[in-house]
Amino acid sequence: MSHVEHATRSSRIGVTLIAAAFVVLALAPFWGDRQTLRLLAEIFTFVALASLWNLLAGYAGLVSVGQQAFVGLGGYLLFALVILLDVHPIAAILIAGPIGALVAVPVAALIFRLRGAYFAIGTWVVAEVFRLLASQISVLGGGSGISLPAAVVVAMAPSRQMREFEIYWLALALIAAVLGAIVVLLRSRHGLALTAIRDNELAAQSNGIDVTRIKFIVYVLTGFGTAMIGALIFLMKLRISPDTAFSVNDWTAFVIFITVIGGIGRIEGPIIGTIVFFVLRQALADLGSLYLLMMGAVAIVVMLWAPKGLWGLIAERFGWQALPLQRYLVLAPKTEQPGGKP
Amino acid sequence: MPDPLLEVRAIDAYYGDFQALFGVSLRVNAGEVVAVIGANGAGKSTLLKSIAGLIRPKAGDIVFDGEPIGVAPAFAVVKRGIALVPEGRRLFPSLTVEENLLIGGQSRRPGPWTLDRVYDLFPVLAERRHLPAPALSGGQQQMAAIARALMSNPRLLLCDEISLGLAPIVVRDIYARLPAIVAEGLSLIVVEQDIAQALKAARQVYCLQEGRIALQGAARELTRESILAAYFGV
Amino acid sequence: MAMQWLNVILQGVLIGGLYAMFAAGLSLIFGVMRLVNIAHGDLIVLAAYVALLVTQGLGVDPLTSLLLVTPIMAAIGYALQRGLLNYTLGDDLLPPLLVTFGLSIIIQNGLLELFTADSRKLQAGAIEIQTFQVAQGIWIGVLPLIQFAVAVAVIAGLQALFYKTALGRAFRATSDDQAVAQLMGLDTRHVFAMAMALSLAIIAIAGVFLAVRTNFDPAIGPARLIFGFEAVIIGGLGNMWGTLVGGVILGVSQAIGAQIDPGWQLLAGHIVFLAILAVRPQGLFPKVSG
Repeated sequence: MSHVEHATRSSRIGVTLIAAAFVVLALAPFWGDRQTLRLLAEIFTFVALASLWNLLAGYAGLVSVGQQAFVGLGGYLLFALVILLDVHPIAAILIAGPIGALVAVPVAALIFRLRGAYFAIGTWVVAEVFRLLASQISVLGGGSGISLPAAVVVAMAPSRQMREFEIYWLALALIAAVLGAIVVLLRSRHGLALTAIRDNELAAQSNGIDVTRIKFIVYVLTGFGTAMIGALIFLMKLRISPDTAFSVNDWTAFVIFITVIGGIGRIEGPIIGTIVFFVLRQALADLGSLYLLMMGAVAIVVMLWAPKGLWGLIAERFGWQALPLQRYLVLAPKTEQPGGKP
Repeated sequence: MPDPLLEVRAIDAYYGDFQALFGVSLRVNAGEVVAVIGANGAGKSTLLKSIAGLIRPKAGDIVFDGEPIGVAPAFAVVKRGIALVPEGRRLFPSLTVEENLLIGGQSRRPGPWTLDRVYDLFPVLAERRHLPAPALSGGQQQMAAIARALMSNPRLLLCDEISLGLAPIVVRDIYARLPAIVAEGLSLIVVEQDIAQALKAARQVYCLQEGRIALQGAARELTRESILAAYFGV
Repeated sequence: MAMQWLNVILQGVLIGGLYAMFAAGLSLIFGVMRLVNIAHGDLIVLAAYVALLVTQGLGVDPLTSLLLVTPIMAAIGYALQRGLLNYTLGDDLLPPLLVTFGLSIIIQNGLLELFTADSRKLQAGAIEIQTFQVAQGIWIGVLPLIQFAVAVAVIAGLQALFYKTALGRAFRATSDDQAVAQLMGLDTRHVFAMAMALSLAIIAIAGVFLAVRTNFDPAIGPARLIFGFEAVIIGGLGNMWGTLVGGVILGVSQAIGAQIDPGWQLLAGHIVFLAILAVRPQGLFPKVSG
């Protein structure tokens, strides 16, 4: 019987490489020092945030410049659950996901009334509202923010080292879960619909795809993931304030630049983009605003001359895919039957 | 024999990767009416768009009044004196009838066609001058589109399927005004699916079939059979 | 007590004029080329800094500096559109959005590098604190009133330009049908650039008034973009006068919010915006749908 296959030669290589990388990274606490672990964990969170943003913008066509709303929401949920309700930090991270999704529902209901670039600014307004509300919550530090109580931090693990390992593995697990969920989604029926929407929304709609419903689902799922990552990020930072939690620069500008440079609309893009971003950051040392300026300029150049990003250039040139996401039809072999029927 | 006003020399035109015209050649002499006929998709509109500068031909050239215009963009071609009445009229919906005419005169070429002159030619437009363009009937919109093109004082007017979607009596009415336009010194290329009308109006006829000239000649001399054969490729 | 509220509301109305000016430039560009300039707010801040340089360099007062700042900003707008933004226009929604977002970051950080994060303000002199009494217990600031009047003049001017001039016809025609506009002899690259130049000219005026009214630093751009955007959405897309009403509603909401609690000023505006979005998403006086 004819069936659909996903894997290609390059994707088999890709999957093998990724699996090998995963094993190596899982063992990082044994070969890497504290700084390396922190850097890797930071890289993981950016890959996850960029992958989620890519799903939203590159596949569902929803360009959000307000995802920092969910990053900050997750962060504040962590602090609220830990400080006010005595929840274990890791449990708090897991709870932040569903709550993030719940919050995403009414937000989507509101901002889906806007289209295109106005939708984008709408997401920004929502993030601003979250930021302003957060500064009103005095039990969580109001405008100046709050630190995670030392007692809670210490109680996470028997030693400082174990705690660092714990957080690192948590970051690795989360990013694996996020990427895994995205791959599963893209391979499913909904994923096919998403790819169709990515390629041509009007055509997708004329083919009976309920575009609005899918966009809604993707937005809620992205809120889920982003909130969890946000909770993790602020567990790592140990301190939160409205300005850091809802920072456009940190959680949107860098994420967008990473995805644009790596390649929008392809799952490999955010991974490549994050690597480039961190390599550049290490190489150039933190130049502060000059660095952001350069990233912005590079993103503009890429957007105009290589809109599919670095991975887009590579993939189109060589026809590669790192993960088995293509769909191609494998025809069943023809068999001769008496009477001439195939 | 004087040089032709317009000479299209073996142009190839593409939409992306799809080739729509294959080595098409055509000439229009001053004061002449040329008809281009052909079935749907034969490339008639593409030919006009290439002359008007909306499409840039990938091979061959287009020479107007001795000057090559093949690579000129549309807004420059208008300034040289070629105006296109686009397929489907395409008046500007946000503008009134008069504003549509005024913007037709944007290129400020000198010549006899002014607002008053086009209102003389199409009095029904004068009556509706301040209405938004979409408020007009199909036939009136077609007249407005022609008037708008005339406002740029062209020497060559390209008419893309002006009979499309209009009742025969309206089509006859519009075609009845073409001689007045030619009398002012314009030359015309008329693209038509209505063969009868095209043959009546034009002196020279070209028939396009799947991007190639299948037949050309004087309207009077072409036989019905040869036209049908060229049109349908039978 | 009621007098106090009346004064508060009046202040809100007047600052609404400034918000309407923020919105006018945004709205104009969207109308002509369906482009939303994410860097809009940062350009307003850029204008403020240009005005700073002009007032300091030439020793003139802010309102006089407009004579120089406006053409400078207009020229920047023309170059920006011709040199960069024209290449982002098309069917795809991503390029203009992401390029203008990148531009926003570049402007903010460029200004930060050049001027540091220090707060600045333009001094207009005595006129800043002058008020006059309109009725028993009701006072209006002279500068806010001038600013509101200028906003009304700008919007009236834009309407006149759009509906009574050849340039306005060119804008409307190009917005309707780019290809056919070309057939009229219009170089659409130039038309778009003129629209952006006009938008930046309005931004220049808004920027100078902003800089006189309040402290500014490189980071305040995005908030101005948001105010302009909210005014457009509240008022209704495609309607310039509606934008004025939108600005006023936003200004009044913020003023009332601030009166209740200073920390509630911005929130009040956002909440009113979200409420209108929920209940009447097409805005109060829409001319076009989306």
